[in-house]
Amino acid sequence: MTTPKTIVEKIWDKNVVYEEEGKPAILYIDLHLVHEVTSPQAFEGLRLKGRTVRQPKRTFATMDHNVPTVHTNVIKDEISKLQMDTLRKNCEEFGVPLAGMGHEHQGIVHVIGPDLGLTQPGKTIVCGDSHTSTHGAFGALAFGIGTSEVEHVLATQTVWQQKPKTLNVQIDGTLGTGVTAKDLILALIAKYGVNFGTGYVLEYTGEAVRNLSMEGRMTICNMSIEAGARAGLVAPDETTVNFIEGRLHAPKGEDFEKAKEMWLSLRSDEGAVYDKTVTLNASEVEPQVTWGTNPAQCIPVNGQVPNPESAATENDKNEIKHALHYMGLEPDVNITDVPIQHVFIGSCTNSRVEDLEQAASVIHGRKVSDSVTAIVVPGSQTVKRQAEEKGLDKLFIEAGFEWREPGCSMCLAMNGDAVPPHERCASTSNRNFEGRQGADARTHLVSPEMAAAAAIAGHFVDVRTF
Amino acid sequence: MEPLKTHTGLVYPLNRSNVDTDQIIPKQFLKRISRQGFGQYLFYNWRFDEKDRPREDFSLNDPKYKGTSILVGGENFGCGSSREHAPWALEDYGFRIIIAPSFADIFYNNCTKNGILPVVLTEAEVQTLMDNAEKGDYHLTVDLENKVVTDNHGFKATFDLAEYSRQMLLNGWDEISVTLTYEDKITAFEKEHIVY
Repeated sequence: MTTPKTIVEKIWDKNVVYEEEGKPAILYIDLHLVHEVTSPQAFEGLRLKGRTVRQPKRTFATMDHNVPTVHTNVIKDEISKLQMDTLRKNCEEFGVPLAGMGHEHQGIVHVIGPDLGLTQPGKTIVCGDSHTSTHGAFGALAFGIGTSEVEHVLATQTVWQQKPKTLNVQIDGTLGTGVTAKDLILALIAKYGVNFGTGYVLEYTGEAVRNLSMEGRMTICNMSIEAGARAGLVAPDETTVNFIEGRLHAPKGEDFEKAKEMWLSLRSDEGAVYDKTVTLNASEVEPQVTWGTNPAQCIPVNGQVPNPESAATENDKNEIKHALHYMGLEPDVNITDVPIQHVFIGSCTNSRVEDLEQAASVIHGRKVSDSVTAIVVPGSQTVKRQAEEKGLDKLFIEAGFEWREPGCSMCLAMNGDAVPPHERCASTSNRNFEGRQGADARTHLVSPEMAAAAAIAGHFVDVRTF
Repeated sequence: MEPLKTHTGLVYPLNRSNVDTDQIIPKQFLKRISRQGFGQYLFYNWRFDEKDRPREDFSLNDPKYKGTSILVGGENFGCGSSREHAPWALEDYGFRIIIAPSFADIFYNNCTKNGILPVVLTEAEVQTLMDNAEKGDYHLTVDLENKVVTDNHGFKATFDLAEYSRQMLLNGWDEISVTLTYEDKITAFEKEHIVY
């Protein structure tokens, strides 16, 4: 009898080119996604050494971090423009396919991979971006790399990797009404902390994960990095196969049948051994709101902002104090009493059609509060078209939300979509770090429904009773 | 990259946990297309106020840490974004060694590719270094050949580092050149490997 294997071990064994005792292995990369911010120095490195891109056909580039979400035909920021022009030139010179500005497939790199059927089970996928973990939702081994490794993959189609440890995140139970995949991942990180996944690949298992849509799975895998894990994945099943079938780069006909058989064989074997297991009961999870400056600083919507005096250790006390000071919050207040000035619905965490539908579903003909500026930024041109076919743009616009062009936008505020100093934003993105959405901006991470409801109310509200 | 065998330098203590790469190098500086010149933007929002004046309450601006090359930080150092601009900024500012009880994976990896040595010590050891460095004029020697950190007052701690990364740092190798010596293996693999 063969030893039972986890999905991570199966993908690993399939893609190791070479390994020897006491060294990392050379791991083959099946898909390399590229964007404008972390690639210019890598292409320049190739040029300086007279190297080429080994597999342009396994490489795909887009523009997302810098792109404006209004008046996209004029890029005012000269430095942003130079970075985008540089990507265009690099892609031309090295023969890399590009969905740049104005392309019908342009969008956030982690949205377009799945959109186009490039993201498939069993693939090893890298990108110079930590949220590459998103693609794990398909049962791919997908992780973020730095620019030196981007150059390395361009030149060799491989990376040096230590075989990762595996962590089974078992989520049983059933999600309540108004509770989403975003709340699951925030609750998980709140329970186990921002680095419980460091050194591991997370495999999300259990009834609650099986019942998630692909969009929901992408949301939880996306934030694996917020738990310290470079990669998180979900074993492929019928939901995965149905999502991929018919997409532009998906295999067709007989190839699809062969691929499907391989994909479904990837799931972890009965009795496979993980290095660690953690659990969460989805039935107990409530809508979540972060109050601090890391994603673990998070409470259920009916909770109160913590008091540093009740902290367990001196270190915790200082961390809470520091976060409250930055966030401009008093201890012990109800989070629902905290007014907000901005709402951002978008990012690689929550900008897909289902996310936008869920956000729109709480509007019920109501209007965005006069004290709130709310923007909706679809994840890609494809998502934008699909959402418009469903009439979501009209629902948002009539309610007073701005309907923007695709990009990373206010998740990291690199393109000028920023939250002003000391103002507060309910955001569907993934990081509430200091300054993330603008200098001295205050970010609260929430689900799309919670963000839309907060936009209407002007403060956080429990979507279950809204 | 420059080989790193032994390094002695002034220690700067940054007594915070979860220092993320958005703090190390804020996004407005990620638009540059070269690798150089990021040091001036290191910890920008902590070092400078909204009018770009140095903040007196941020310790790296304290003259006693001028010329520092060893940073001692809290747990989960370098979490968040994969931006390699973070180690580029640290290196350009003058840091060659980062010591912490734990590091985020991507940042750790990025350091080793840029001639910065990330050293994991125990929380107690890091606290000792932090306390000593707070007083200023505190120097450490980090010996990568023997994987040991010492000061002139009897502190001595050993650390672990994957042998592959150690050799890369000690020799300052170009990793792509190393990998290309295995090119025949990659080519053979590609002939057999199926991707749909």
